[in-house]
Amino acid sequence: MRQLDINGIKAAVKDSLAQLGTNIDPKVEQAILQAQKEETTELARDILTTLLDNYYIGRRDCLPICQDTGTAVFMVELGEDICFQDGSLTDALQEAVREVWQEQYYRNSILRDPLFDRTNTKDNTPAIIHTELVKGDKLTIKIALKGGGAENMSALKMLKPSDGKQGIREFVLETIIKAGGNPCPPVIVGIGVGGNFETCAILAKKALFREFGSPHPATEWAELEAELLQAINETGVGPQGLGGRTTALSVQIETAPCHLASLPVAVNLNCHAHRHCKISF
Amino acid sequence: MKEIDITLPISGELCRMLQPGDKVLLSGIVFTARDAAHKRICEYLDSGKPLPLELKDAAIFYAGPTPARPGKVCGAIGPTTSTRMDRYTPRLLAEGVKVLIGKGKRSPEVTAAIRSHGALYLVAVGGAAALLSQCIISCETVAWEDLGAEAIRRLEVKDFPCYVALV
Ligand code: SF4
Repeated sequence: MRQLDINGIKAAVKDSLAQLGTNIDPKVEQAILQAQKEETTELARDILTTLLDNYYIGRRDCLPICQDTGTAVFMVELGEDICFQDGSLTDALQEAVREVWQEQYYRNSILRDPLFDRTNTKDNTPAIIHTELVKGDKLTIKIALKGGGAENMSALKMLKPSDGKQGIREFVLETIIKAGGNPCPPVIVGIGVGGNFETCAILAKKALFREFGSPHPATEWAELEAELLQAINETGVGPQGLGGRTTALSVQIETAPCHLASLPVAVNLNCHAHRHCKISF
Repeated sequence: MKEIDITLPISGELCRMLQPGDKVLLSGIVFTARDAAHKRICEYLDSGKPLPLELKDAAIFYAGPTPARPGKVCGAIGPTTSTRMDRYTPRLLAEGVKVLIGKGKRSPEVTAAIRSHGALYLVAVGGAAALLSQCIISCETVAWEDLGAEAIRRLEVKDFPCYVALV
């Protein structure tokens, strides 16, 4: 068994959470810079320039790049041969959120109950923690600050197997067009294909955690990603939904085997304020 | 890009000159209100309770900032999705609200109400909250602190950039 000290893990998670709020992924910034050069309308270019200026000011002034500092989402890949010393991982993650939200002046956005008690928990907990058991003695924690605007425009559909690739394409485009400016485009599109109802949604979320802009390892899926990205950028939704070529920066698909009767597809949208990272122990 | 300066409250004359896609720089007083505050405003109107803000000619910004760091005027601030306020907006327009600031599309009913009241719907850039924070000169919570990020704040803004979406 490998022993891992909880205090070290918590400190690393806190560092990542504090970085994520104010520092954009350099690859996203690069993609926006590129898109800004290629945009054809003055309005779209102006919005992309504003985003670039904002990333700079966020870094300089240690201010969140978006006021919606989101739900903290953790995807934990836990090696079966690990045991924790000096505390519980669940508690450490929740405490990290509680402390960072206060120390970094992030916004508390979590309510106690979705319907009957919509009062603020005042420390942004509970964070959402997904855990997957993996073989070996490694621990990987993927961390995201997920804003509500883009999450709200996400969707899942149980397609018929006969709907095929065309069905996936239509559903993705329909989701993007319906979302319009709400998810703060340019967006990053996480897509899950396969599994069942709940794993498909998790696949879409997982796709957003993949390194920004990295293609699916299988050629046919990587080609579908590229094809969808092009189709999305031809919809004309554009930056902030005000028209233009830059509707999405990346399309990332994750897949899983599925039942012979099914073709589940989930689209998890994320805004340009893409705050995802990964730490390994 | 050409920028049009607007001093709030906006005059009807200036409002009529604006076109969708125009970039404007707002200066003056803006109140923040999100879902929970809208709900409460309408409850107060229904029961005839006095409101903590004057709706006539007001500018409403759908926003809930991050807390300000010590010594700072305001934290990061930016628009939230406007369509969630659609249910309440015609009521607020009828009470005289003139300028709405948010992001994304409005419902057909709200679009019609904005036009018939001679009001203005502006889109601010979502995810540019550090930059927009620099345009806030003062920020004061005026009511409903219990709503946390959703409390009503009175902001004084200077050259706050937006784009005309509906007029
Ligand atoms: S969708 Fe993203 S960029 Fe837009 S307001 Fe929400 S968190 Fe911020």
